[in-house]
Amino acid sequence: MKQDIILAGVGGQGILSIAYVIDNAALADGLFFKQAEVHGMAQRGGAVQSHMRLSDGTIWSDLIPKGEADMILSVEPLEALRYFDYLRPDGIVVTSSTPFRNIPDYPEIEKVMEAVRRAPRSVVVDSEKLAREAGTVKAQNIVLLGAAAAFLILREATLFQTIDTLFRGRGTSVLEANLKAFESGKKAALGS
Amino acid sequence: MSRQILLGDEAVALGAVHAGLSAGYSYPGTPASEIMEYLIHLAGENKAFKATWSVNEKVAYEEALGVSFAGKRALVSFKHVGLNVAADPFMNSAITGANGGLLVVSADDPGMHSSQNEQDSRYYVQFAQIFGYEPSDQQEAYEMTREAFDLSERFGLPVLMRLVTRLSHSRSPVETRDARPQNELKKGAAKDWILLPVNARRRFGLLLDRQAEMVRFSDESRFNVLKLNEGDRSFGVIASGVAYNYFREAEAGEASLPSFLKVSTYPLPEGLIRRLVGHVDTVLVVEDGYPFIERQLKGLFGIAGKTVLGKLSGTLPASGELSPDIVRRALGRGPLPALEASGLPLAARPPQLCVGCPHADTFKALNKALEGTSGSNVFSDIGCYTLGALPPYNAIHSCVCMGASIGMARGAADVGIRPAVSVIGDSTFAHSGITPLLGAAHADSDMTVIILDNATTAMTGGQPTYGSGERLLRLIEGLGVAKEHIRTIEPLPKHHDKNVQVIKDEIGHRGLSVIVAVRECVQEQRKRRS
Repeated sequence: MKQDIILAGVGGQGILSIAYVIDNAALADGLFFKQAEVHGMAQRGGAVQSHMRLSDGTIWSDLIPKGEADMILSVEPLEALRYFDYLRPDGIVVTSSTPFRNIPDYPEIEKVMEAVRRAPRSVVVDSEKLAREAGTVKAQNIVLLGAAAAFLILREATLFQTIDTLFRGRGTSVLEANLKAFESGKKAALGS
Repeated sequence: MSRQILLGDEAVALGAVHAGLSAGYSYPGTPASEIMEYLIHLAGENKAFKATWSVNEKVAYEEALGVSFAGKRALVSFKHVGLNVAADPFMNSAITGANGGLLVVSADDPGMHSSQNEQDSRYYVQFAQIFGYEPSDQQEAYEMTREAFDLSERFGLPVLMRLVTRLSHSRSPVETRDARPQNELKKGAAKDWILLPVNARRRFGLLLDRQAEMVRFSDESRFNVLKLNEGDRSFGVIASGVAYNYFREAEAGEASLPSFLKVSTYPLPEGLIRRLVGHVDTVLVVEDGYPFIERQLKGLFGIAGKTVLGKLSGTLPASGELSPDIVRRALGRGPLPALEASGLPLAARPPQLCVGCPHADTFKALNKALEGTSGSNVFSDIGCYTLGALPPYNAIHSCVCMGASIGMARGAADVGIRPAVSVIGDSTFAHSGITPLLGAAHADSDMTVIILDNATTAMTGGQPTYGSGERLLRLIEGLGVAKEHIRTIEPLPKHHDKNVQVIKDEIGHRGLSVIVAVRECVQEQRKRRS
């Protein structure tokens, strides 16, 4: 059993929090993992990605070879496209439809979404709307994690528990918003 | 025994603590910063050991050396170019030797994710003629760190561990073991530590005498793995560090592996290399960084009857970071089937200054003040403000190494560049800007130094700074800069016109001026308020 995931987004969007939840859930589910991430200069509003590899056996490379990723999980649609060549021909793209426009030449969003849908399997959720409804627009990353949950080889209960652990120290409203964000992401994925 | 999720950097920090560390020192720099971040976290409230951000890497090294002199175990960590700063005490510590275990961790950055070069720290291991480790994963980073302290005390020498970005910043579960207690105080002998020629010659002889033992230790290390394929003598692989993983990844689905040697320690395990090379006709050397192993293997004349492939042969690219895809290709395998690229031209998303960043306001004022001057005269330094090179600011014209902005501005001013402006952050100034400013003040060089005081070391995540606020102003005055030409501005949009005028006035002054732009980093402000 193994699963390779590219986590994508823009520095500051909470990619590393998604990684944190998946890492800890994997450990709790008895899986081995390697998870390479980006620190330093690129974190300042630049494109960031994390290579997340889960397996019940040996994992060699920290980086996913091109063509091996089972999933691209992106908090931003243009960033999802950046890693298409990592995806297996039958891989799945789970992405937000909310553009993060901090560059002057951001393409037309319709064209971006059209390109996303060219993937054989795609799940698109309006993370900004769902996160806002859940109580904080900052929870878009957890909305996406919820949207991906049904396709992960991790137990959903473990994911839920890990989110609980991660946000418990940050106050009740933040915790509740994130748990709600996870649930609404899950529901949105079923409907998409 | 317990299982923890650790970054490569964190595995080193925990390994050091479990090896009985008494003190760690560092200066922030990607990808090494998380070693000290985690040490500080582990030291916690009760401060069972010291964990300190030093003023710069040279100072960090000397502090660690003092710990070693006292018989205790010390860790000093930094990014690869930090070892250039610390090269003087580093090279000489191979002569004094180590009393308490001394581990130097230098994190290289192949691919220059966050650096100005790709220098390979293994050359420093060879240069100093000491022992070095290169882990391939987080578990090895932990194990090797523990072993390195024992080895340092056994050889009586500092030991270097080379990390690379990919391992420093990758997380994985690590099995840990019980901690060993710290050493007792036991001072070093003066005859070993006073490097007068009479002592240094004797000490250097001892260092040379130990070389053969180090090679033997390398040959016997459990971290170096030799597997010979008896059925195939045509081809073999020598791979080190994370590159070994890429080799194994490419071969993972195959029924049988080619002969291979995993190299994890330096000096090279010569016996194991002879056996591998003796067994096969063609050897592919796979290493992240410079062709360090490959060059030693080939020497000047190559190996008669053998073909050595790698970066020198062009089989692997000579620059940039290796990846599983690149290594797969070098092994003669085609690409895996993948989804086709979307076809949509993807706009790049480079890093940029944060919204509301004080540096942005300083650059706007500086650009305005410099309008109509000859241009291309702003010497910058290492930090977030290096992003002032990018649009819309296009405000700086050089960035070389820590502190270079002040020395370079002075040199340019000396030969007639006017105006000559230096832009440097408060932490970088404390690191390496004080000494060149002392020189410029002595000469009253015709230049303007702008110190961006955001009260933190921002680019690497907000570590403390030694040259900020009132202390910074007193320091500048103490260096001999004329009081009337030490000016402060607050870089805010509402002060734009006023700030432009201050910069214009000081650029107009025929002599040294220092302008301190004081406003806290927005990231740190946010952290403090949350």
